Amino acid sequence: MAIPLVYNVRSVKARWTSTIVAVVGIAGTVGVFVAMLSLARGFKATLVSSGSADNALITRAGATSEMTSGVSLDSVKIIQDAPGIARGADGPLLTPEAVLMAPIPLLSTGTDANVVFRGVSPNVLAIRRQVKILEGRMFRPGLSEIVVGKNAKATYSGLTLGSTIGLGSARWQVVGIFDAGGSAFDSEVWGDAHLLNGAYKRPDTLSQSVTVHLASPAALQQLRDTLTADPRLNVDVTREIDYYAKQSTRMTQLITTLGGFVALIMAIGAVFGALNTMYSAVAERGREIATMRALGFGGAAVVVSFLIEALLISFIGGLLGCLAVLPLNGLTTSTMNFQTFSNLAFAFKITPLLLGIGVVFALAMGVLGGMPPAIRAATRPVATALREL
Amino acid sequence: MKFSRLILANLFRKKVRLILTIGSFAIALVLFTFLAVVKSAFSRGTEIAGADRLVVVSRIGLMQLMPISHRDKILAIPGVKAVTHNHWFGGVYQDEKNFFPQFVIDPEYQRQVMTELVVPEDQWRNFLKDRQGAIAGARTAARFHWKIGDRIPIKTTLYGGAAWEFNLDGIYHSERPGGDESQFWLQWKYFDENALAAVKSTAGWYVVKLDSPDDAVRVAKAIDEKFANSSFETKTETESAFAAGFVKQFGNIELLILTIGSVVFFTLLLVTGNTMAISVRERTSELAVLKAIGFSGRAVLFFVLAESIVIALVGGFLGLTLAYLAIPVVGMALTGLLPPLILSKSLLTLGLGFALIVGAASGLLPGIGAMRMRVVNALRRA
Repeated sequence: MAIPLVYNVRSVKARWTSTIVAVVGIAGTVGVFVAMLSLARGFKATLVSSGSADNALITRAGATSEMTSGVSLDSVKIIQDAPGIARGADGPLLTPEAVLMAPIPLLSTGTDANVVFRGVSPNVLAIRRQVKILEGRMFRPGLSEIVVGKNAKATYSGLTLGSTIGLGSARWQVVGIFDAGGSAFDSEVWGDAHLLNGAYKRPDTLSQSVTVHLASPAALQQLRDTLTADPRLNVDVTREIDYYAKQSTRMTQLITTLGGFVALIMAIGAVFGALNTMYSAVAERGREIATMRALGFGGAAVVVSFLIEALLISFIGGLLGCLAVLPLNGLTTSTMNFQTFSNLAFAFKITPLLLGIGVVFALAMGVLGGMPPAIRAATRPVATALREL
Repeated sequence: MKFSRLILANLFRKKVRLILTIGSFAIALVLFTFLAVVKSAFSRGTEIAGADRLVVVSRIGLMQLMPISHRDKILAIPGVKAVTHNHWFGGVYQDEKNFFPQFVIDPEYQRQVMTELVVPEDQWRNFLKDRQGAIAGARTAARFHWKIGDRIPIKTTLYGGAAWEFNLDGIYHSERPGGDESQFWLQWKYFDENALAAVKSTAGWYVVKLDSPDDAVRVAKAIDEKFANSSFETKTETESAFAAGFVKQFGNIELLILTIGSVVFFTLLLVTGNTMAISVRERTSELAVLKAIGFSGRAVLFFVLAESIVIALVGGFLGLTLAYLAIPVVGMALTGLLPPLILSKSLLTLGLGFALIVGAASGLLPGIGAMRMRVVNALRRA
């Protein structure tokens, strides 16, 4: 026969101080665990959402990032005519881009951050379709004008609409703020590629990369086959989404390794806390338990009952931990991406799945912390326990 | 001490609880040391920066190249002892996962500027004679099991050519603890001969060694003024300011680590404090008897405090030992992602100090309660 559930609920309430300690221990662990996972996920999501399945990024063969790549003007002309590239009203949808890092002070500390300054072609909005102008307008080709990502505006100083900023040897006017849907582009500054090359005294015949809009996501293979087979070219063709996913690997690995280790240690600590609470619960209720067993409740029923109590405590802890970190969802923070040395704003991303993992983690700690005391409760000889004071 | 047996007997009255409480302490200290070590790894650059070194980069951006002719002009500025110049080679060894920084160096002044990075004299001479020579930091050499004489291919797309081959001529060690032993040095001459036309006769950045650290501000200003209004303006900072600029870009990561650390500490304080409180409460009648037979309130407080401090010390010591063993293992998992994790003596001392404070604090409340309780009430309750 099972011991009624209400017995556990009442006993949890009766010893609320030690219950709270166990709950807080588990809540803290779950909170840290979920926060770490959401940070890693948010970082990755930011970079992955930068890429689109409809776009392909063309870089020099073997380049690990845009920063180490280069595509010559002659190559761009050959790429233009390749099959698989979507065409707009004024020709093929492709943007040869110049990418460099400009030092712009952070609003928070006043020290310089490496901001990605991307020279694009004027039709870039037709290629990166997730990018929308929020305020102002797109820059005009041939003018020293820039448009700024919404996170860049919020993170770096001097990038508000209408202000001018010196980058390279030129002064640029901010004429628009764009929203790139929470992707890495939101941390960037875009201007006319030719003017950017001029301001930084770079040869106008060399781009870092070429991004093309594909006629359809399936056209990638055709484009890749054509370009890599062309003896005049020495390029890699990557789906944009894959390129950006790869850029996030090192940072994601760092966060998950660090976070995993911290959560593991904390979990051991929380299990200790739960064990302590449950052991003292068993010790304090020695006579109660013995009475129940004398009444005819079996050893298994006692084990199940105590386990349920431990699970109850850990479930509350897990829930509280999840609730405590929930406000982090969407919170934007910025860091430097190791792989490109560029500064990037990203947001914590807490998904239902992560919360589920957090609660399961809490329950696992409950089982580990509740099982040994429960077994002890069930195996103590009834007669001695009853005699105890 | 005449009461030590009493304290010991009290400690061991509930063995499981004792083990668990000591365990909680140990875990807290493992976490504390781990977080502190990671935090210091993030800001390592600023900690090891030379006070008498300046870094000169292009004013318009980190990746922008400057002409090699800057070198002699900087050397001519009074107060400058030596100048070396570097390029970021940015190559890949076998796989992208095997990241380590590769610097093109100027053999002439490298050792005068980077005085703490030491190469044995015979190895350095071989390196100078060998155009394709390379020197690797001890950490990187150990990571890939390189031996002197190994041929190391490194692919780069930045400067043309597919794979560049190097002969490992030497291994450098850092004399300063915590110094960067992960770099890979190659010769500027070899690099310059094989690089793309646009990269020839350039430097990525300069590192300047000063006669005296007091001159840093003046010399930095003189360098920037020298190149002001030229096509290649410079931005000169002390090495520590330069490194701090990188650290600040990590931004909230550091704050995050500190927040976690405090949450954990608070939680553990609560857990141990509660355990102490429970064990004192259970023994109310015993403590009352002690007082009844003539022990003062202070003596009772002392018993309770001594017990909690012993637990804290044992737990703390255990935790630090665990951290000492575990941190190198985690450090291995983070190779290439973070600078080496270093557990310093001062950190160990700080950890033990923290354990003591937490132990004393958690024993204090129940101890004072026991000190103040009235014997009659306590005895009646039992």
